[in-house]
Amino acid sequence: MSDPVTDTAKDVRTRRKRRRSGGLHIVVFLAPAVLIYSVFSIYPLVESLRLSLFDGLEDGTAVWAGLENYATLLFDPNWATQFWRAFWNNLVLFFIHMVVQNPLGLLLAALLSLAPRFGSAYRTLIFVPTLLSVVIVGFIWELILSPLWGVSETLLGTIGLAWLYQPWLGLESSALTTVSLISVWQYVGIPMMLIYAALLSIPDELIDAARVDGLNGWSIFWKVKLPLILPTLGIVAILTYIGNFTVSFDLIYSIQGALGAPNFATDVMGTLLFRTFFGQQLQVGDIHMGATIASMMFFIILVGVSIYLALVQRRLQRYEM
Amino acid sequence: MTETASSHRARASRLRGLSTRAGVHMVLAGYTLIAIFPVFLVILNSFKNRRGIFTDPLGLPGEGTFSLEGYATVLTQGDFATYFSNSLIVTVTALFLILWLGAMAAHALAEYRFRFNTLLGIYLILGIMVPIRLGTVAILELMVDLNLVNTLLALILVYTAQGLPVAVFILTEFMRTLSRDIKDCARVDGLSEYRIFFEVVVPLIRPVLATVAVFSMIPIWNDLWFPLILASGDATKTVTLGVQQFIGQYTVNWSAVLASLSIAILPVLGLYALFSRQLIAGITSGAVKG
Amino acid sequence: MTRIMKTTTATLALCVAGTAALAQDATLSIESWRSEDQAIWDDVLIPAFEAQHPEIDVEFTPTSPTEYNAALNARLDGGTAGDLITCRPFDGSLALYQRGQLADISGLDGLDNFPDFAKAAWQTDDGSATFCVPMASVIHGFIYNAEAFAELGLEEPETVEEFFGVLDAIKEDGTYTPLAIGSADQWEAATMAYTNIGPTYWNGEEGRQALLDGSAEFTDPQFVKPFEVMQRWNDYMGRAYQAQGYTDSQNLFTLGRAAIYPAGSWEIGGFNDQAVFEMGAFPPPVEAAGDTCYISDHTDIGIGMNAGTDNPEAARTFLEWVASPEFASLYTNELPGFFSLSNAQFEVEDPLAQEMISWRQDCESTIRVAHQILSRGEPNTWNTMWSVSANVFNEASTPQEAAQTLQEGLESWYEPQQD
Repeated sequence: MSDPVTDTAKDVRTRRKRRRSGGLHIVVFLAPAVLIYSVFSIYPLVESLRLSLFDGLEDGTAVWAGLENYATLLFDPNWATQFWRAFWNNLVLFFIHMVVQNPLGLLLAALLSLAPRFGSAYRTLIFVPTLLSVVIVGFIWELILSPLWGVSETLLGTIGLAWLYQPWLGLESSALTTVSLISVWQYVGIPMMLIYAALLSIPDELIDAARVDGLNGWSIFWKVKLPLILPTLGIVAILTYIGNFTVSFDLIYSIQGALGAPNFATDVMGTLLFRTFFGQQLQVGDIHMGATIASMMFFIILVGVSIYLALVQRRLQRYEM
Repeated sequence: MTETASSHRARASRLRGLSTRAGVHMVLAGYTLIAIFPVFLVILNSFKNRRGIFTDPLGLPGEGTFSLEGYATVLTQGDFATYFSNSLIVTVTALFLILWLGAMAAHALAEYRFRFNTLLGIYLILGIMVPIRLGTVAILELMVDLNLVNTLLALILVYTAQGLPVAVFILTEFMRTLSRDIKDCARVDGLSEYRIFFEVVVPLIRPVLATVAVFSMIPIWNDLWFPLILASGDATKTVTLGVQQFIGQYTVNWSAVLASLSIAILPVLGLYALFSRQLIAGITSGAVKG
Repeated sequence: MTRIMKTTTATLALCVAGTAALAQDATLSIESWRSEDQAIWDDVLIPAFEAQHPEIDVEFTPTSPTEYNAALNARLDGGTAGDLITCRPFDGSLALYQRGQLADISGLDGLDNFPDFAKAAWQTDDGSATFCVPMASVIHGFIYNAEAFAELGLEEPETVEEFFGVLDAIKEDGTYTPLAIGSADQWEAATMAYTNIGPTYWNGEEGRQALLDGSAEFTDPQFVKPFEVMQRWNDYMGRAYQAQGYTDSQNLFTLGRAAIYPAGSWEIGGFNDQAVFEMGAFPPPVEAAGDTCYISDHTDIGIGMNAGTDNPEAARTFLEWVASPEFASLYTNELPGFFSLSNAQFEVEDPLAQEMISWRQDCESTIRVAHQILSRGEPNTWNTMWSVSANVFNEASTPQEAAQTLQEGLESWYEPQQD
């Protein structure tokens, strides 16, 4: 938990005390959460992921297949093309969120933490899109970007840029970026709030001390506040990484459909998984291949989280208050 | 700090402060506009007839375009009051369970050393790595066995299970940064571990609890899938599902579609506005001061 | 008068009590993807059925088309699906039957009312078992704004060149977008373009059977040509059509801003409500005047019985009613554009629907080319057809490349196509 270098005698004492007090209360604290979570989340998921090791027959029964489905997914050209394309699209999505959403969230949070007038109004309003269902968000943005309504063209026109208008959602070159930006629009409130809360929890004494040392606002932010909120930025990054595989699906499915139009330009792991697992039009759902894709997704996320836990978080602990 | 400084320097810094403040407001106000403009557009157009929506989407409803036909259709066709109370019951209950159970589990993980601590921590966040939707069939079979199909409780249980990992993850991370002295003092004073959690730890993590509450609320309120599978009956339908089905039924009747979207948006905004005061109060009053 | 009334009520009550004792009160729910039809089921179809069978309660509980397959599968696996299940044609439903989730209804009274081609969409390959009652087919063609045509002095085109002549004239005039179709949602490109105009080139059933038995390939000229024609449509579609979705196209046309809508007949109902102008329809144009015309008359929707239903008797009763001439007439007229597949004679009232159903006499009918057997493997031919058709519209693929992709996909798993 704490860096060995900074360990003090007191810490060692406390730890000894804690070990002694271990007992029933730990069970009481953990049991309800573990129980509900195991029954309604882990058990169903294991049941599903297990299917990746079987192959389905026409009559709905299954036979043991070992790792065959994984081989198919990774090496059969039909599947591998789709799989790697979806994986790549997910990486692009993650990249855009990391360079647009999170810095924007940090900027907004930093400005809000200066406690400007109307601060709470800004904060409330900026968070509004995050509250909306993807059904609504998809509908709104399709309308705004649609050539028929002409909203984006008119708006661009008012600043003399009407010629810039393109059917962004429909072009292979821009569809994924556009969807990502819509997602940023919807979710930027989350990093903003997390970072804002972290900034507020920085002790005033630290800031005052820095000021006494002659640092100006700018360098206080970079040299004092930023290092202190690094753990939060780490959480934000890892949540972005996970959400990029799981949450992004809903928005893309609602705007671009199960095939990730146009021409699979927005096909991500989530859409590939959904149409494989549950079927799509004439495509009959294949729970076994679907489960295989899901297991791969799980594996990819697990690798990311492990890297985070092993490297990033350990290093961040140094800044623990 | 400026009290001792010369008046000249004070004026300079006031000026600099002024321009900084203007910059801050420009950025914040600018982004606020981007955030709410689309929502505003939907609400604006829901008060127009179809021709008005298409010919002048940016114009205010006026003569010849103002119409409440959309709202009339929505209010006569759907039972939105029931849908709302369903969504509210599900969201609030699940949220309460997530926060309460999640905080207890996070506290145990952050505070105590015991065998399998790390392992259990990893186990508890595995759930965020696979979309829970995949477990649909097993969940449905479970609910059939428990006789919970078409009840709100089925949704509450699934959402609690779904929300716990993120809550535990964030709360554990924050709890690890809490100062230990305060808890140790309490222990020296002879408080039981339970009282330490409820009376010492919970007040300290209030800001984070409020934040986690807001994040956990969103996917629950907006979920379409589990209401569809577990509780699609008219008595248990949630708002999001109701709206989506409504849109399906009136595809081309955009006045009605936009009206139903507005009806779905407005109460959430109201709730959030209410909740947001608590949230902000929580963040500022409970802020950890070392 | 009052006495007669009382007696009737009493008799009715007795009857109800009698049948109830025999058949038990049952509630049936119908799974469907047709959310739009909620009002018609609630207000017309179900009351008509319940009037004859007061002991059976029926509920229509649709799921939106994007979630239908997924939700239905989950509910079937979990055992909570409705008693009656609206069936997509061919392989989608065949798989459900093979898994034992759709009941065999081969001996059902009233199935004789349907021609073989209609039943084929919901039978096993050898025709030995039937698992859904055919409800309706949808016919493809073009719906146009008759007032716009009159204003510009245009006539319904018969040949492909006349068709482009009409499009040129509309474009020249500039008041209307010539063609209301976009490529954002992809499926319209496959459904309302490729399989709409295609049968003319591959001679309908002849070409479809040739693909099935492996004697023709997607890269043959008759399957490439429709893509070439589609490529020419680009010039006449709305500006920025790449981002134009299905509802956008519907709105563009019904608001009177586009002249021709490449259509499926299912649009008729909605268009009648929304459009304020006269409409007409013409079948897919032929290459040379006098050629046989071909239409896509696609067996689109059927209804079957959940094998796990608690009320098999009541469900069969309902299916028998769906197979009856009464239902055929009610359904076709309440949902103009969904044409009953029944042999029963009935009057079609809606003029636009009348026009479209009349093509059955003049033209050869076929179904969508990818639907039977060809979409059984991975990659799924119908999915591929969506994206390559949209690619042709978007100029992301040439017609040859589009055909090539289809052929390669099919060859990779369909034996008759592997030489």
